[in-house]
Parts: sequence; structure tokens; C-alpha cells
Amino acid sequence: MTRWLLALLLALAPPAAMAQVVADPAPLQFQDRAEETRFHALVSELRCVMCQNQSLADSNAQIAHDLRREVLQLMRQGKSDAEVKQFLVARYGEFVLYKPRVESKTWLLWFGPALLLLVGGFVVARVVRGHAGSRGDAPGNDEQEW
Amino acid sequence: MSASKLGRWLPLAVFAALAVLLGAGVWLSRQPNREALPSPLIGKPAPQFSLPVLHEPGRLVTLDELKGAPFVLNVWGSWCASCRIEHPVLTRFAESKRVRVVGYNWKDERADALRWLDQFGNPFWMVLVDYEGRYAIDWGIYGAPETYLVDAGGVIRWKHVGPLDEAIIREQLLPALARAEAGR
Repeated sequence: MTRWLLALLLALAPPAAMAQVVADPAPLQFQDRAEETRFHALVSELRCVMCQNQSLADSNAQIAHDLRREVLQLMRQGKSDAEVKQFLVARYGEFVLYKPRVESKTWLLWFGPALLLLVGGFVVARVVRGHAGSRGDAPGNDEQEW
Repeated sequence: MSASKLGRWLPLAVFAALAVLLGAGVWLSRQPNREALPSPLIGKPAPQFSLPVLHEPGRLVTLDELKGAPFVLNVWGSWCASCRIEHPVLTRFAESKRVRVVGYNWKDERADALRWLDQFGNPFWMVLVDYEGRYAIDWGIYGAPETYLVDAGGVIRWKHVGPLDEAIIREQLLPALARAEAGR
């Protein structure tokens, strides 16, 4: 029995040791509901730099804790949401923004889908018009394959 | 172009466009370290800080004290497994005495950090301590190990995220150091 208990303890020991690194420090204390709401809205729009497919709100990485604490501090210093984002972009780059800004570098990202839709619409229009034209009055047009 | 000609070439054109798009995706993700974020701080002055020294409790060091000659700043922690892998490479580089290698002991415990250096050897010219991560955010640090090259004037010239290896030192760090020293 004791042997089994020992084995169980040993099996559990490594995760406990690892957990130290990502241990949750004291949770953030909010002054009121408004601050809490604003904070949550802000951090869900920011990407965690360590675990790149999580928002700053969701991540449990050490750096995410530090950045959340920093965001709250900046908010309390009276910084606007835009200023808080600018603070993080200046240090970690555009990557932290889930919603990239509209600038020459991101034009393709913002307007590419609309462009593709336009091109597709143009091609469809051409094909449809071609079919309509070739139905009756084009006897020589027998190379049509479809 | 008649509609029938367009119709014939359309599938090929769509295929070619898709091939170019997917090929570009593969080409852009060819580097093994593709998840590392490019630092917006390259070419900008390093952030001001005032940090204690690991081996001399009570002494604070600022950026201005380190200026005057280039230095390499290596972010590490005793909890960081990749730092252990990087350690022999960093030690060989530091022993070449090419440049000062300053340690940035991040989010660690003093006793753990000292024990780690005792056990594996201390390659650092000086170890700065940032246990709360106060200045790490100003540096854009998000994980250990990270390595910065700062020139004599205090401008960040180069950054690497993840463990250093011989090839990165030879092909990136040393040329960046030579450029920094030449003032280019």
C-alpha cells in the first residue's frame, strides 16, 4: 500500500514542480465594475506574445500575468485604450493587436477579400454574358466546350 | 478575348494563382524560428533601467553605466530549460572575450539563480536581476532565453528569441557586432 502511495506521489511530483513557473500570482483587484469591464474588453483585444493563439485575457503564461498587471496600471494612470495599445505595440510590435491597423502594410489584409470578390464577380459576369451571346446567333462558335 | 477562350484558361489561371499563394505561404514560413516576434525596438535606444546586481546585493546598475562599449544582454532564469541548452554555447562565446555578456536574471529566485550559476558555471560579466519583471516589459521580453545586442551608444542593434547556437552567433550576432563597432 505504501509503495503504491509513494509511486502516486512520485508521479504527481513533476507537474507540481513545473507548475511553479506558471503559478498564478495574486489575482488583480478591481476598484469597481466599470474598471473591470473596461479591463476585460481591453485585454481580450490583445494577443498574448508567448502563446500566440490566445488573447491576453485567456493566457496563463507568466508574461501574460505581468502584461495584464501593466495594462491595469496604465489604465489607473489615466491612459486611454489607444494609449495602452500603443504602449504594447511600441515594445512588442503590431503582433499584439488582434485587429491590425489600416496602413499601407495591411491594405492587402483589409481589402484583399473585397478585391477577390470583385474579380470573381467580373469573371462570372463574363462567363454568363458569353453563354447568353452564344445561344442563338453564333453558328460558328462550336469550339465551346461546356 | 472571347468568352469561350476565357472559359478554357480560367481553371489554369485559378490553379496557378492558388499555387503561387500556397507557395508563398511555404516560402514565408521556411525559417525554423518563425514564431519569434520581430522586435520593434531594433535601432531604438535601449530602455532606461536601474537594476540590482546578483552578486553584489545593494548595488544598482543603470543603462548609462553599461554604455561606452557594446554589450550583449542575455535573458535567462534558473527555471528555463532552454537556457540550460543554450548555456554551453553562451559560455564559449563569453570566453572568447569578444564583447561583454551581461546576464538578465528574469522572474527567478536569488538562491535558485546562484545555485544554477554555481552548478553550470557563470559565463556573465555581470548579472542584473529583475525578479518582478518591472523593466522586462520595456525591453519587450516575453520568454527566456532572449538575447540583445546593444551598441556603445545604448542603441539596440539586434535581438534573438530562443536559445543561441553557434550558427546564429557566427552568422548574425558577430556581423551585427562588427557593424555596431564600425558605427554603421
